[in-house]
Amino acid sequence: NRWRKLRFLLLFNRQGKLRLQKWFVPTSDRERKKVIRDMIMLVLPRQPRTCNFLRWKDLKIVYKRYASLYFCAGLEEQDNELLALEVLHRYVELLDKYFGNVCELDIIFNFEKAYFILDEFLMGGEVLETSKFAVNVSMEQADTLQE
Amino acid sequence: MSDVVEKTLTALPSLLSLDSQPGSAKLSSNSKLGNLIRGITELTSKHEEEKLIQRELLLIKEQVSSPNTTMRQMKELMVRAIYCEMLGYGVSFSYIHAIKLAQQGNVLEKRVGYLAVSLFLNEGHELLLLLVNTVLKDLQSTNLIEVCMALTVVSQMFPKDMIPAILPLVEEKLNHPKEIIRRKAVLALYKFYLIAPNQVQHIHNKFRKALCDKDPGVMSASLHIYLQLIQENPEGYKDLAPSFVTILKQVVGGKLPMDFNYHSVPAPWLQIHLLRILSLLGKNDQSTSEIMYEILDESLRRAEMNHNITYAILYECVKCIYTIHPKSDLLEKAAKCMGNFVLSPKINLKYLGLKALTYVVQQDPKLALQHQMTIIECLDHPDLIIKRETLELLFRITNDQNVTVIVEKMLDFLRISEDDHTTIDLVGKVAELAEKYFRTYAPDNEWFIDTMNTVFSLGGDLLQPDIPNSFLKLLSEGFDSVEEDKKLRLFAVNSYISLLQGDSSKLPQRFLQVICWVLGEYSHLREDLEPGVVVRLLAKLLDMKSSSSETKCWVLMAMTKLCPGGAALALVHDVSETYSSSLDTMLRQRAQELQILSQDSELQAKVLPRSASMEPVEVDSSLSFLDGFVSEALAAGAAPYKPPHQRQEELSRSKALNLEPYGLSLPISISSCSITDRQSPTLLSISSGLSGDSTDFSHKGSSTALKLDGVKRLWGRDGYLAQKEQTEEAPRIEAASAVRSADQLGDNNASNSQTPNPTPSPECDQEKQQLASSLFVGLASQSFLHQMGKSDPTSQRFRRKTKASGSAEQITDPLVSPSDGSDNLLYKSLLDSLDLDVSPPEQTAGLVAPNGSCDAEEEPADADVKEIETPPVRDERVTAEASPHDDPDGSKDPSLASHLPAELSALSHSKVTLLFSKQNLDVSACHVQKEDSVVLVVFISNCSDSFLQQIRLQVDSEELEVSCVSDCPSEELKSHSVAVCQYFLTVKRPSVHFDLSATVSWQPPAGLPLTTQFSYRLPLATFVRALKLSTEEYGAMWLAFSHDTKQNLTLIHDGWDPLAATLDVLKRKLQLHVVEIIGVEAIVACCLQQDQPCLMHCRMHAGMLAVWLRSPVPDLPDCLLYCCQRALQEL
Repeated sequence: NRWRKLRFLLLFNRQGKLRLQKWFVPTSDRERKKVIRDMIMLVLPRQPRTCNFLRWKDLKIVYKRYASLYFCAGLEEQDNELLALEVLHRYVELLDKYFGNVCELDIIFNFEKAYFILDEFLMGGEVLETSKFAVNVSMEQADTLQE
Repeated sequence: MSDVVEKTLTALPSLLSLDSQPGSAKLSSNSKLGNLIRGITELTSKHEEEKLIQRELLLIKEQVSSPNTTMRQMKELMVRAIYCEMLGYGVSFSYIHAIKLAQQGNVLEKRVGYLAVSLFLNEGHELLLLLVNTVLKDLQSTNLIEVCMALTVVSQMFPKDMIPAILPLVEEKLNHPKEIIRRKAVLALYKFYLIAPNQVQHIHNKFRKALCDKDPGVMSASLHIYLQLIQENPEGYKDLAPSFVTILKQVVGGKLPMDFNYHSVPAPWLQIHLLRILSLLGKNDQSTSEIMYEILDESLRRAEMNHNITYAILYECVKCIYTIHPKSDLLEKAAKCMGNFVLSPKINLKYLGLKALTYVVQQDPKLALQHQMTIIECLDHPDLIIKRETLELLFRITNDQNVTVIVEKMLDFLRISEDDHTTIDLVGKVAELAEKYFRTYAPDNEWFIDTMNTVFSLGGDLLQPDIPNSFLKLLSEGFDSVEEDKKLRLFAVNSYISLLQGDSSKLPQRFLQVICWVLGEYSHLREDLEPGVVVRLLAKLLDMKSSSSETKCWVLMAMTKLCPGGAALALVHDVSETYSSSLDTMLRQRAQELQILSQDSELQAKVLPRSASMEPVEVDSSLSFLDGFVSEALAAGAAPYKPPHQRQEELSRSKALNLEPYGLSLPISISSCSITDRQSPTLLSISSGLSGDSTDFSHKGSSTALKLDGVKRLWGRDGYLAQKEQTEEAPRIEAASAVRSADQLGDNNASNSQTPNPTPSPECDQEKQQLASSLFVGLASQSFLHQMGKSDPTSQRFRRKTKASGSAEQITDPLVSPSDGSDNLLYKSLLDSLDLDVSPPEQTAGLVAPNGSCDAEEEPADADVKEIETPPVRDERVTAEASPHDDPDGSKDPSLASHLPAELSALSHSKVTLLFSKQNLDVSACHVQKEDSVVLVVFISNCSDSFLQQIRLQVDSEELEVSCVSDCPSEELKSHSVAVCQYFLTVKRPSVHFDLSATVSWQPPAGLPLTTQFSYRLPLATFVRALKLSTEEYGAMWLAFSHDTKQNLTLIHDGWDPLAATLDVLKRKLQLHVVEIIGVEAIVACCLQQDQPCLMHCRMHAGMLAVWLRSPVPDLPDCLLYCCQRALQEL
């Protein structure tokens, strides 16, 4: 009985193409594929202005659409759905801050950056750093090393 | 801000076309990844995409394994591999290169390497072992980014048994001057705590230091650990409650730096963590609760801003207020706050409001009254998830007056739900309600049977097995009144007869089984009904294609009980004829029973007496009633029974025929011959005792899917409304609101009066009013407040476990298989490129290896090597028998032992045995016993002066699962060097010995590739580990295990206590764990892997040691018994 925030985080677009996947608990390849398929099937047909929360097996699914991209997280029953929705939102804000007016293409072509940002924000499914500023500083530090 | 994102993202579709628009220029479209992505976008079919990716993967594969690839190129290749993996293609070939990149790259390349590792590999993957050194190095790095990366990867995935290696370094980081490092270190320790709590036990005081850290981020991170710790042991942390309250005060008061704000709300994540911690600490504890009232009040007041995050905080706050010791004005405020949720037009808030309401009605059901109209609206909400959540709420306010309406609503939902998980869950709840209220208030046979019929039809075969079980139990046990019981049973019979007369092909199998049992048992109650009619209806089920053989068994059992006469008897004969030649043994048995009993009505009446359905059956599991038969047979010259392992041993001694595949037979299992008597299956009472002489068999494996053991009666006669008793205890609280809600109820009963909620039309309004009065009836009359924290029997019941969800998780780790079609290409090119520096074969052959280990005389005496060209003869293969506890110093070739991988060298390993030596290639092996696994290490040494190439090693076993930890690291082997391969071995099927067969192939400098087979043998003892249990756990497990064996062993009579001496030997040789010794008896436990335990019960008796082994794993008791015999004989 653990208080684990998130089980997984998926990004996919309206066409059902996966753009990013993060698993916070050990999940086998087969299970991963099943979850991805089910999430896409579950979330894509949802109408606008319906509830952002769903049930899937014993998990709560929280999703939100930003333009053409769906951000979708799986969390455990006892967790707070509204908070998870804000986790997704803060991640979008972080991406936006880093890329500057982020769009799907940024995430497609620089998905490793999107992962790095996520790693600064969440660690092992727990929120590590909520400050936009701090995440950006650590991303920039790493980027300057590259040059 | 989100609007900005929305706006910019809506411009996307035009960009997505990827034409030569200026916008896409910045997206590094000329990079290789860019080309790949563009290539995929242009394709139209999935098939084309597959072809393109396969091509791409071949290319990547070729490049990653090329020695000329720089780390920079490798990073780029890895990014492409990640992309392909995301598209769903296997890139297992790149796993090892990802690790290499993390090992050898510069900071940025390393980062990609770590990312790839964390995306590719699962927590349990073997290759992660290779990451340990890299992480160790990076944790000690002076570069902060490297340290951060190492901590990040550690918190994502780290082999559990390697934690001690890095733990000191991570602990050290708690004192690091940079707060980000401290923060990550805390979270890494949290992760360790979750996966291996024992290993971080000693650093609890360091967590306290982290809690007092001057950086709020570090403190915030430490709360993760505290939340977990407090959840496990709230009593141990009561002293911290004032500190948590103070922290929350400061946070709410805005004392934190602006950095922690989220949409101008101060540190919401931190607040929520603290609220959760406080609710755990304040539960059932008045004095602790009292210190938090003030801050909770303030939290409710402060969170007035209209933003999601404040609602998230409010939700936790409300939950906390309703969890801790109650305070009336706070409860009132919380209830009001919840009203804002429920009434909100925003659907997400409504959802959360329902969820909060569901939580609080468990404490105070009349809260639902205040929101009844909203609840009714939500019940008809177009969004299913809202509907579902509303049902959840209704489920918790059910009482005997509204149960029929609520059940009807739930069944309505079930009819439209398509999600299996929801169906299972709701069906369970309906069954629970039906059963509970049927038991507690005026029995309405029709409603109950109809509801259960719907449950069985809708639940289908997804139904949890305990639902039909408890239903049948209820039917057979009945109530106090014989007359009522008869009515109920008769009603069920009538209902089922009419169901069978209709179209029964659509009915689920479980339902048919229930029907069969009821008809077999009770159709005689209906006097106008000929048994023949029932038999004919049942026979129809046998002919249906959809009927499973299990259902057919139930049909035959029912027929056996019916004993018809006349024409139906002929039908019964036909049926039993047909099925006595069935391939299904169960079915055949039932048919035999039917045949015999239908011919002999006297016997039938004796075996299946109608009146005896309430008496429990004693099962004589020692089969003592066969004693006479056995002694007669023995007197007539029959061979005495020998346990399977003994037979196997004798066979292997005589060596007349190799019957190995048949060697192990299953222990007799009584489970296949359960009893067809006139019994409620639940009443089978199985006598059990730990030190009794009789063998008890559990009926676990019984083919009757209706599993009846462990079915608890969760609802007493007082049922869910057990709170009634508390009415006297706690009415003083909230008297005011009780009055108010009573007023409201009065309004509803008037039905034409106004409600505060706006409703669309008066007609609709009236309808809803009616529904409301039927749903919420009876709530106001119970003015009680559930004592806070008193564990509610229902709350456990709500979370029914469902087996279906776990089934998908049983997937074995994919093995790394480096060989596929592309190897041929590589192979050719390697041969070409190496042509130049290859020495002629004669030269190589003439060289004598300096260590002389290729000398044929040093081979094991019984060894012989066959080339693959000659057909391999089984008995003549190289065989090395290794014993588990050989002193490592006594190894034959100490130089090889030094090649053991660092992480294994500290562990005890068996003697390194030379398996064969040929053409300047020596192969030796040993096995290493780790704490929870066994690793086979194979050393391939090149004794020549030239390169050997294309070295491949393939290890297989029938009884063992062999998974590669590290394959031959190099395709080529330099002269006088040693390649080390490791394989994890786990037991698939227990056996006395495990034979590994291996094939090694290699390419000498010139000439044809060579292949040789050899084998390696490990005794079972290698895999046996002590299983530390308490006597209680042992007792619980003992009863649950179904495979067992008994035998007398010789005692060792040296010293004063033969039992202790014998156990000592077993403990030493087989690592068995002695749980307890009581007088002349002892209980011992061990296990193969974590999930394959074996328990042993020993008793000194007549100069022998009578042992009795039990395990859930077939064959394990027999094999282990054999090992014990050997261990004692070898003395």
